[in-house]
Amino acid sequence: MTSRIEILNAGGYRSDGRRQFELRTIEIDFSPHGSNSDGSATISHGLTQVSVSVFGPREAKMRSQTFHDRANINIELNIAPFSAGERRKRGRGDKRVLELVQTLKSTFEPVIQMSLYPRSQIDIYVQVLQQDGGLLQACINATTLALANAGIPLFDLVCAVTGGVHSTSPLLDLTQLEENDLPNVTIAVMPRSGKMALVSMETRLHVDRFEEIFRLAGEASTVIHGEIKRAVKETTANLVDAMQPGKSSAGTNAENEY
Amino acid sequence: MSDFKMIAFTSFPQYQETFKTPVFEEDGDEMDLDENGFLESDELKLAWPGESLTSAQAYMRGHGTYVDNDEVIASVAGVVERVNKLITVRPVRTRYNPEVGDLVVGRITEVQARRWKVEANSRQEAVLMLSSVNLPGGVQRRKLESDELQMRMFFEEGDLLVAEVQAFFGDGTMSLHTRSLSYGKLRNGQLITVPPNLVRRLKSHFISLPCGVDLILGLNGYIWISKHVKENEREGEEGFDAEAVYSNRNDNIDDSTRIAISRVANIISVLASYSVPLTDTILLEAYEWSVEQEGDPKDLLQDHVGETLVTTVTARG
Repeated sequence: MTSRIEILNAGGYRSDGRRQFELRTIEIDFSPHGSNSDGSATISHGLTQVSVSVFGPREAKMRSQTFHDRANINIELNIAPFSAGERRKRGRGDKRVLELVQTLKSTFEPVIQMSLYPRSQIDIYVQVLQQDGGLLQACINATTLALANAGIPLFDLVCAVTGGVHSTSPLLDLTQLEENDLPNVTIAVMPRSGKMALVSMETRLHVDRFEEIFRLAGEASTVIHGEIKRAVKETTANLVDAMQPGKSSAGTNAENEY
Repeated sequence: MSDFKMIAFTSFPQYQETFKTPVFEEDGDEMDLDENGFLESDELKLAWPGESLTSAQAYMRGHGTYVDNDEVIASVAGVVERVNKLITVRPVRTRYNPEVGDLVVGRITEVQARRWKVEANSRQEAVLMLSSVNLPGGVQRRKLESDELQMRMFFEEGDLLVAEVQAFFGDGTMSLHTRSLSYGKLRNGQLITVPPNLVRRLKSHFISLPCGVDLILGLNGYIWISKHVKENEREGEEGFDAEAVYSNRNDNIDDSTRIAISRVANIISVLASYSVPLTDTILLEAYEWSVEQEGDPKDLLQDHVGETLVTTVTARG
């Protein structure tokens, strides 16, 4: 079955007007959506929008879940019924949701410095508001931002990006339309060390194509990292600035840079 | 608050054949890593997770950093601080990190054997031992079995209290005490929560505003705003009145005091939403300004009024 829309037309443009290696617009917002969350972030990759609230480290609700030498990470993910083109309500036990939660957990467990908070719990609530491809990528990036916003010690800012391949030409940051038709892979990188936090592929991909996409996605993640870093930096500078009125601080400098 | 948006349109013009592991590129604005120049200037240095600060050979790592590959690397977003050879990063936003001697406001969550569990915005719940509270019938006396049985007479689940951090247990849990007449159960007022870093250490965390309102600025970001209690009407040392100290009933609070309390509460929540550190002088100025405007306390929560308040107060301060 082939889609009626050309994935990549003769002029080298994709269905949404992007070039092959072009990423979608990234928007980052740190405004708190709850009244009392410790950290929060909303990220949009084009039309995909995910919002994350972080609570903690705090006392665990269930004592049986705690570890004596490290924090317990609890992730809950909810996909809004209106987020996709076709309205669909997913329950708590939905396989897709459980799998996403498990993937997020295994991505962030090595990144959060959990040993600093024994017997505590860090709650991460992920809310998917809009879906247009690259759901896992948006979830990971939003969680990184919310954790950084909550002041939870991280080894690095994890950045995720999706790559796919159309016949022989690789594409980056796929939309839902492209994701349905193309073999794709999501990777999450720890940019400082260059280590992979996650490589996830749910489709079949020719082994000769894998390396190319993998490398390309690795490069794209540095661009995402730039955006994430810039957002964290700006919000930090603003907060530091507000804390000391009258003093000219690094905040003004950081803003002038861009 | 700190909301902002940004838009970036990024593209890859050409695909490079040679691929290196994605290492984050150093910008021109990176911190001066020069041996002598490191953190010498007055300017505040900011860091974020994964940001390399300096060599681990020359410097020691403190809180908010970790060492990897002979480099000191920040693990939180915040301000870099240096004391001699010790590098720390103080996060801009975080939960309360307790220190011995801190004054905190907390809420009882659980009554256990010979202890209460207290929620105090920390990473774990604090512990208040039965032996660390004042008991009726004399400040200094042994705890009896009967005291253990009637612990709910003193503090119940949901009660608010003001206490001091006494010590830490092995796992970092803090232990509180209320063995002073200024500490104990709270009533006649309301609680406001702000980010803990907005409450600076002050000479006294008990503030009496001239409008007939008492404030307790807990270092954990919990602030208690209550009706002013006259010095001579406080439950005295001699006649330590357990009924009064552990009472669950509010006194009569007249309308003007109620309005003053809500005015102070709204001022604090407005200042906190603009991340203005709270001190007695700023609160007093803000209160005077707000009374001058002749509006209801609820007007303060409107965006433009709040903004004017913050600009007026910070400009004067």
